[in-house]
Amino acid sequence: MANYNLKINGKSHTVDVDDDTPLLWVLRDNLGLVGTKFSCGIAQCGACTVHINGNATFSCLTPVSSIGNAEVLTIEGLSEEGDHPVQKAWAEVDVAQCGYCQAGQIMTAVALLKSNPNPNMEEIDNAMNRNICRCGTYHKIREAVALAAKTK
Amino acid sequence: MTTLTKASRRDFLKIAGSSVGGLVIGFSWFSCDSPKMEVLSTEEILSQAKSFNSYLSISPSGDVVIYSPNPELGQNIKTSFPMVVAEELDADWEKVRVLQANLDTEKYDRQLTGGSGAMPHSWERLRKAGATAKFVLVAAAAKAWNVNASEITVEKGIISHKGSGKSGHFGEFVAEAATMTAPEEVTLKDKKDFKIIGTSVKNVDSKEMYTGKPMYGLDFYREGMLHAMIQRAPFGMKIKAVDDSAARGVSGVKDVVTFGTSVAVVGESTWPLLKAKKLLRIDYEPDGAVESTADHDRIFADLMLNGKPDVKRKDGNFDAAFKGAAQVVTAEYQCPFIAHSPMEPENFFAHVKGDKVELIGPTQTPDRARQATAQLLGIPLENITVEITRLGGGFGRRLRADYVEEAVEVSRAMNAPVKVTWSREDELTGGAYRPAVRYRFEAGLDASGNMIAYKLRGVGMNAGNCTRENNFPSGAVANVLIESIEHKSSITTNAWRAPITNFLAYAEQSFLDEVALAAGKDPVQFRLDLLQQAKTSPVGGELGYDVDRMIGVVKAAAEKSNWGKDPNVKQGFSVYYSHRSYVAQVADIAMEGGTPVLKKVTAVTDCGMVVNPIGANHQVRGGIVDGMGHAMYGNLTFENGVPKQKNFDSYRLIRMKEVPEIDTHFLDTGFDPTGLGEPALPPTGGAIANAIFSATGRRLRSQPFIEQKEFSDIKLEIRRA
Ligand code: FES
Ligand code: FES
Repeated sequence: MANYNLKINGKSHTVDVDDDTPLLWVLRDNLGLVGTKFSCGIAQCGACTVHINGNATFSCLTPVSSIGNAEVLTIEGLSEEGDHPVQKAWAEVDVAQCGYCQAGQIMTAVALLKSNPNPNMEEIDNAMNRNICRCGTYHKIREAVALAAKTK
Repeated sequence: MTTLTKASRRDFLKIAGSSVGGLVIGFSWFSCDSPKMEVLSTEEILSQAKSFNSYLSISPSGDVVIYSPNPELGQNIKTSFPMVVAEELDADWEKVRVLQANLDTEKYDRQLTGGSGAMPHSWERLRKAGATAKFVLVAAAAKAWNVNASEITVEKGIISHKGSGKSGHFGEFVAEAATMTAPEEVTLKDKKDFKIIGTSVKNVDSKEMYTGKPMYGLDFYREGMLHAMIQRAPFGMKIKAVDDSAARGVSGVKDVVTFGTSVAVVGESTWPLLKAKKLLRIDYEPDGAVESTADHDRIFADLMLNGKPDVKRKDGNFDAAFKGAAQVVTAEYQCPFIAHSPMEPENFFAHVKGDKVELIGPTQTPDRARQATAQLLGIPLENITVEITRLGGGFGRRLRADYVEEAVEVSRAMNAPVKVTWSREDELTGGAYRPAVRYRFEAGLDASGNMIAYKLRGVGMNAGNCTRENNFPSGAVANVLIESIEHKSSITTNAWRAPITNFLAYAEQSFLDEVALAAGKDPVQFRLDLLQQAKTSPVGGELGYDVDRMIGVVKAAAEKSNWGKDPNVKQGFSVYYSHRSYVAQVADIAMEGGTPVLKKVTAVTDCGMVVNPIGANHQVRGGIVDGMGHAMYGNLTFENGVPKQKNFDSYRLIRMKEVPEIDTHFLDTGFDPTGLGEPALPPTGGAIANAIFSATGRRLRSQPFIEQKEFSDIKLEIRRA
């Protein structure tokens, strides 16, 4: 066990955990930030996607000891009221079915639009291909990313 | 047409309220006790929502709270049910709040999610609840204004009387309304006057979902709660010995508990448990048949030939007709076991306190969770409460209460509140699969290419009846024989979205294409000819489907997909009836420089009246993506009772780049709404396989497609416009 000082959503948090603890479980079990989801645990589905220094990252395979001073952004830090342009686009297009994958989808989309503000459809597909939606909301995800790119 | 409907004794209506509180309307399906008086303010209604199960509460400030009894797993019932109540109430949708109700078998009937049955079951009841509330509110206003109730109109939560110029919101009349007796009969709206039903209403939980609020079972946390993860035995095995010393050595592990064939590691957070579980050394020994996929192949072959069939349907004399046929077609189709893979893994919270139990989590059948717990602990049902969280998908997996019982077991053993969490490996190896099935079809044609004999024999692994004997083409063929054979496997199965038909439809619709080809007929015309036969002179007894409605979707799908019009587009057709709805689909493959490109699936659905178009569209597209993904990739194979595919790296799910365009259409046939969580899935595999055949000449008779040798050199691309 060791103390880690993490910068998450603009605030600093100290946690006392084993150094191999994935960021996902620090967020969920230690900090109560449960918007970041667990699904596969092996970097295959994207449900656990957060940003580390702005890059979309699978938190299920990111040991807490690897984070250092990096800025972590989770779905909870995107906006207080759900009015980040990508969240608004998601609500407008009414993307979710069960909704479980959607926090991860949104975090991947936000990272994409940051690095590529005007992606074409193929670029959207390539970026979003890392996130699985078991309910099959892919058409709407695509639509929402395109809408967010237009409205941001 | 306006419908007058009478509340039956069973559907006893309850009105409760008081002069200082709100109006509460609920149905009491089983009891006929006298109306209960409740004193509730808006805040109280909201804060007591967890214990007060009713359909609808209206506070003095005019806020409308509608309770949704059925578990929400993405089928959008939490939005569509309240729409129906609000419609008859003429509420302002903007002022409606929706809350998930707890399990209450006295107040709700059929509080489960499965079989696409919620809407057809509750449609009229929900309408009555709304109409009854409106009736008493209008009566209260008429009394207050001393006018005739028939002159009063209601719009968006505002009650008005034109003659006197008076108007007021719902809340102003709830105190008076709450003293009234529920009418025996209420008038339901004419469907053409619907203002909310039939419009696209967005998901009521959008904001919570998109801001990451705790709402799923896995997000549930209670101070002092312990976590548990469980190692389950391979199929057909039991525990011989457990060495848990290494697991206990992981910091954060509190205890290791063994029960039945399971070993639970318990601790204060999840990560140590994921590690400790891998360090358990468990010796197993056989406790029944320990099966591998190779055994299943042998069992299929043997039972197909020598099994004793359960005859499900027999019209005419198949054997004689087949023998005398001018031409015969036979083929076998097979599907593997697959897992449900909801994105939220199984989990449940249980707190056993003496002879009382609190259960919280994701379940499609809260009542079954309660029954299982009562049986396990030998306590009365009343001692158990079940709170339903939002479900991160279900697909049938959460119809089983196995993971609820586990939470109860561990909570009892630890004498503490416990949440059991499954990993993805647990989910894929933990049983409750869609059964593996093999079908053999035989068809006989007369000299003019008419199908005069049709036989289906199915062999399923724990599949129960693996046929749907009263479905098409039964009724359309003079000599029909439908048989089912079951192998009792140690590999546990469970209903999987569109049980049986999720694969049977593909096999049957592909085989019918084979027959159409042999008969030299266009696949659509071939089906229409059969349906015409079923319509004009139906063969045999009961038919499960409405012939006209099926003809309707077949014709519409042919038209919407431009069937057979473009020589550059190779198409595949499929149509299926399930869960009271009709769906026809056409898959389009364009040949581009010698490469087949799957571009589009057109779907025409007849699910009666569409309650929420945006939600209906979701269900159809989601069902098609699901059907396609599992037909293409889904496969679990076994080695000595253990699945070889353990996570999404080897068990492939469909992704963003693998879905074609989906063009959805709905037929308004004037029927009451039927279910839509499942019916769009069954036809998809057949439409795609038939399109692949028409583009490449390769017939795919087994799933998953990508693992078939017929498919190995086909470079199918999937691309959207
Ligand atoms: S949970 Fe991290 S990628 Fe699936
Ligand atoms: S909405 Fe259910 S998994 Fe994506």
